[in-house]
Amino acid sequence: MKAFYIHSLEDLHELSTAGNSSLYPNRTKILVGMATCGQAAGANEVLQAVQEEVEKGQLPYFVMGTGCIGWCSQEPLLDIWVPGQPRVTYGRVTPERARKIVRALPEIQHNWAVALMHGDDNPITGKFKKYWSSKNGHKNGLPSYKDLPLFKHQTRLVMRNCGIIDPSSLLEYVARGGYLALWQGLRKHSPEQVIREITTSGLRGRGGAGFPTGKKWQAVREASGDPKYIICNADEGDPGAYMDRGVLEGDPHSVLEGMILGGYAMGAHEGIIYVREEYPLAVSRMKEAIQQAEQAELLGDNIFESGFSFHIRVVKGAGAFVCGEETALIRSIEGKVGEPQQRPPYPAQQGLWGKPTCINNVETWANVPVIVTRGGKWFAGVGTEKSKGTKIFSLVGNIENTALIEVPMGTTLASVVYEIGGGIPNGNACKAIQTGGPSGGCIPADKFDLPVDYDSLMQAGSIMGSGGMIVMDDHTCMVDIAKYFLGFLQDESCGKCFTCRVGTQRLMQIVTRISEGKGKEEDLDLLEDLGWLIKEASLCGLGQTAANPVLSTLRYFRSEYLAHIRDKRCPAKVCRELITFAIDPVTCNGCGACVQVCSGSAILGEKKKPYTIDAAHCTKCGACLEACKFDAVFVN
Amino acid sequence: MQQADIEMIEPLLGQFEDRRANLIAILQEIQSTFSYLPQEFLRRVARKLQVPLTEVYQVATFYRCFSLEPRGKHLVQVCLGTACHVRGADVILERVRTETGTTSSATSADLQFTVEPVRCLGCCGLAPVMRVDRDTIAHLEQNKIRSVLRKYRPKVAKGADGSAVEPAKAMAGTEVGQ
Repeated sequence: MKAFYIHSLEDLHELSTAGNSSLYPNRTKILVGMATCGQAAGANEVLQAVQEEVEKGQLPYFVMGTGCIGWCSQEPLLDIWVPGQPRVTYGRVTPERARKIVRALPEIQHNWAVALMHGDDNPITGKFKKYWSSKNGHKNGLPSYKDLPLFKHQTRLVMRNCGIIDPSSLLEYVARGGYLALWQGLRKHSPEQVIREITTSGLRGRGGAGFPTGKKWQAVREASGDPKYIICNADEGDPGAYMDRGVLEGDPHSVLEGMILGGYAMGAHEGIIYVREEYPLAVSRMKEAIQQAEQAELLGDNIFESGFSFHIRVVKGAGAFVCGEETALIRSIEGKVGEPQQRPPYPAQQGLWGKPTCINNVETWANVPVIVTRGGKWFAGVGTEKSKGTKIFSLVGNIENTALIEVPMGTTLASVVYEIGGGIPNGNACKAIQTGGPSGGCIPADKFDLPVDYDSLMQAGSIMGSGGMIVMDDHTCMVDIAKYFLGFLQDESCGKCFTCRVGTQRLMQIVTRISEGKGKEEDLDLLEDLGWLIKEASLCGLGQTAANPVLSTLRYFRSEYLAHIRDKRCPAKVCRELITFAIDPVTCNGCGACVQVCSGSAILGEKKKPYTIDAAHCTKCGACLEACKFDAVFVN
Repeated sequence: MQQADIEMIEPLLGQFEDRRANLIAILQEIQSTFSYLPQEFLRRVARKLQVPLTEVYQVATFYRCFSLEPRGKHLVQVCLGTACHVRGADVILERVRTETGTTSSATSADLQFTVEPVRCLGCCGLAPVMRVDRDTIAHLEQNKIRSVLRKYRPKVAKGADGSAVEPAKAMAGTEVGQ
């Protein structure tokens, strides 16, 4: 493709037309969801099959990869869009099915299709692009996205382009109103006006702590010191959270646009994106987007002929959870060990290389273009009184629809779990939801009328955090969960503060003791005292919240701790020291499937007769339970 | 260390300016080229950047992505994120370790596999998952681990009856066939 430059509003309009020709082409378009999770589920093979089929038949179809639309449980996803028709989504596609679907076009394979998309919303322009004009929202009984509970309750401001555009196409981003906000900001607003819009919008940091973004920007703008720096925190370390990965992989330019606007507003000329190395696709997508923006002169000197210059580079993390903390992240960019520093001085005064620095999370940056084009007031109309806008959550664990969802702040947990998430699979009962990663806590199912916003979650003993939501059913042991997070925190504590370094180890020892049935009732008081101490005496967020997983499970699930201590029993049948595996002699037909998989050679007996388990050799790995097709293996 | 490796290090270091801030990036480049950080190279990095060797070691041991020991041919990263944990990641890890012979050390004796638990691969919707080199494998079950890993093992040719035969014999068989 020939080189192009974007210097004016006319350039944007012109390129938007070019982008539209691939975004909404006048021939059939086939899309495959190619984010990391899609690829893990087999999207590469599906894409290859589609391409082969198209080449073989010399079919006039347009084949491309797209980002993640968030419907993880249906990966790999294949979408077919015939001009003038709704877009048809196929779920759990295999290469063979993909071939058949392509060959049968334009006919729809109803037994494999899962939903119809009748158009797409564009929060930048506020317009809805209709694909299809029938009054009847259904096509032969297929549900429409807008009727599916998973999508019905969502408002997609940040994920506006994920699953719609080809993330490696700057033109398609522009066709969706991309870089319009940048033009408006640079050419129509003063830096102060941009900050004012952000302040009016009520946007709060999406990394977890919820600090008002406008206030942070104002502080950096007013800080003395030159140069100033902008950092995008993409060190998404919370286990169970992948919102940022979704945005970086699905819509990289939205993050760049937000950062350039931030640089303009705060008077910075250099931006750094700190991405964790566990996300190789996100790293390469961001690098590619930066290169495209540089070529189009959206990055570099004199952007939009405004006289403003800005440069962005990517720094790869090296695998340390604590580097998600802003002062540790700055140390890491400086090439040092990622140990948090005392605040104040805050990074807004003395950050990278001792200069004023603004650090915001990926999702925060991606919100900025929407606020600038639609206005702070409009944005403040979404969400609750104190938490504005939307929030992306990764809804995972024991839930029917594992998904990446974006909902208005204030949506209740019940709506998230039971409506959007479709409830708990296999008829199991929901026990709790874990939010906020290792700094968060577990909220019990009877508190699910709670609205999701910064303050409500804090009051319930958890935090919003970056947006991981892990649903737990009655097969999850809360003592085991506390132990899991303590193991995590003990490993990831940088070691600088004694209370965090040793405190997490002691907490771990006590909880391990309880999980093995060797705990005492006094241990529960000890856990609470120690938890409070670590919270009070540690320097950074990691230490200050390290006790949350223990304290919140103790607060809501004390009886489970007591069952481990008093009755030496794990009610969820998870803690290995307190369970035994056995085979029901009546149900067992002696097929021997369990013998094949046993890791400890602990299954005794002969074929066609009921087997037994030798407790002395059983490692309690559960392989036999997984292998038995007749439900003859059970746990005591 | 091979002579060829020693010859590769100077051009690798030459790509970077002599700035303290480049320390992590240089170590990442060495790690990805050689799959570990050989001691001799750490000395060279310290000299290049004019920082004490202790500081280079401090960084090399603080961050998880660096290894001071040679790694196996294939890196198996078993995800221990929360979503994977509630879906049984611990038994997956155990099974991977027994299957690869890494129960007592991170790297197998035949240097085929290095197994390391990782905190979260961000594929929580497909839990439990693991990554082998660049491939992410979803919806794991412990009874499937053996067949998943087979792909990464050195090829052992099959005899006519389907049983594994000595590599030398297999080679001879191929020659006859040709």
